[in-house]
Amino acid sequence: MSETRTQAYTVRLELVDEPGELLRALEPIADNGGNLLSIFHERGNVTPRGHIPVEVDLEATPERFETIVEALRDAGVNVVQAGQERYSEELTIVLVGHLVDTDLSDTLSRLRTETNSRVADLSLSAPEGTDDESSARLRLKTDQGAVGETLQAVRTVADEKDLRVIEPLATGGGV
Amino acid sequence: MRLAIAGAGAVGSSVAQLAGDYGHRVTAVADSSSAAIDPDGLDVDAVLERKDSEGAVGTADPGDALETDYDVLVEATPTTLGDAQPGFGHLQRALQRDRHVVLANKGPVAERYGEVMALAEDSAGEVRFEATVGGAIPVLSTIEDYGPETITAARGVLNGTANFILSRMAAEGLDYEHVLAEAQDLGVAEADPSFDVEGTDAALKCVILANVLSDGREYTLEDATVEGIEAIPPSALELARGDGRTIRLIGEVAGGEIRVGPRLVPEQADLAPSGTRNIVQLETENAGRLNLSGRGAGGPETATAVLSDINRLTRAVP
Repeated sequence: MSETRTQAYTVRLELVDEPGELLRALEPIADNGGNLLSIFHERGNVTPRGHIPVEVDLEATPERFETIVEALRDAGVNVVQAGQERYSEELTIVLVGHLVDTDLSDTLSRLRTETNSRVADLSLSAPEGTDDESSARLRLKTDQGAVGETLQAVRTVADEKDLRVIEPLATGGGV
Repeated sequence: MRLAIAGAGAVGSSVAQLAGDYGHRVTAVADSSSAAIDPDGLDVDAVLERKDSEGAVGTADPGDALETDYDVLVEATPTTLGDAQPGFGHLQRALQRDRHVVLANKGPVAERYGEVMALAEDSAGEVRFEATVGGAIPVLSTIEDYGPETITAARGVLNGTANFILSRMAAEGLDYEHVLAEAQDLGVAEADPSFDVEGTDAALKCVILANVLSDGREYTLEDATVEGIEAIPPSALELARGDGRTIRLIGEVAGGEIRVGPRLVPEQADLAPSGTRNIVQLETENAGRLNLSGRGAGGPETATAVLSDINRLTRAVP
């Protein structure tokens, strides 16, 4: 048996707004050995042609992924984009400190350049106003297996700005 | 067994009170300034009453308590850092006399583990210290039963005061100072809470775990990376909650590293107990993850761990 590593891919589809369309689009993925990771169904966001965009994250070997895309097209599903998802691991951290005074947008851009990761989501809470200490929750997307490295870089940036990092427990679960 | 008890605080007093129920006799109780000694067995109630009313357990010299007749020294004086005195000296004297020592005091096994083991090696007496990690929770005896070499990591919530404060802050949206004052009113936090909220107490327990799990290397508090919970604002807990998470003071021992600090954990995680509850999670080589939880502090709770150690001694000595 050939051991080919599975990778994470994102497929963007545009579906006709009819019952059963989503299921019809997912079947070729499951039937061809793809492992569904997440489905983002943008119901409120209709394309100019009246279609509904759907983003599907899945895992498959590169060979199987090609078969999946072909099978989707054979089934008449409109595949807008199919490619490897570069960011395949996520981690959530909370930063505490003078986030605004220390230039939050600089912090974010340094995290992006120095950690090879992307801030997927940010929530800021500054109950005492922006001059005082505040907290931010960041969801970072990073390469497979690079969580430790990313955390190390987060610590470095936070250290320089005298911010406190509340890290997630045990990368890879910890429940 | 005949017990000599050093330290007449919450744990020492509880051991004295419960000893009779467990089939033991208390021949000496010492506090910092005095001692009550009777080789035939003390009237524990009278001794503790005297401690309450007069502030001293008896009229004898505390040093003499260690020289009287006993089989097991229960060392329950306050934990001290660095040289771990006077606890270490008490342990040393008892082992030199070939007596067993059961510790509730974390100092000797957190700060001078190598010396403690060497003294035990040269003594006919044994040293046990279940009560030093996780109060009533049988953490060390579980590790002993499984075999330390089969445990690959240990982590947990090991300080009830810090956990109480964080879980109250998260549930009520209150700030640290407010919840700390409330905890002090409830007797959950001490007047000087620094040992608990700065993470030192949890770190000492992790150091003890590291020593027990270690294959030869000795750890002290200096080897631990420690962060406390004082600087955590309610906004951080609120943001964590918005993502289905919360913040807990977690201690971790893995790969020769000891780390204590506030961490993000899923709200429903085993490692997010509420109130003063403690939990220890062991990663085992052959049996997956093991969760041990219960009351991590308190007089009778911790005394229970001391008494179960004494029980194990009874089995070990012919």
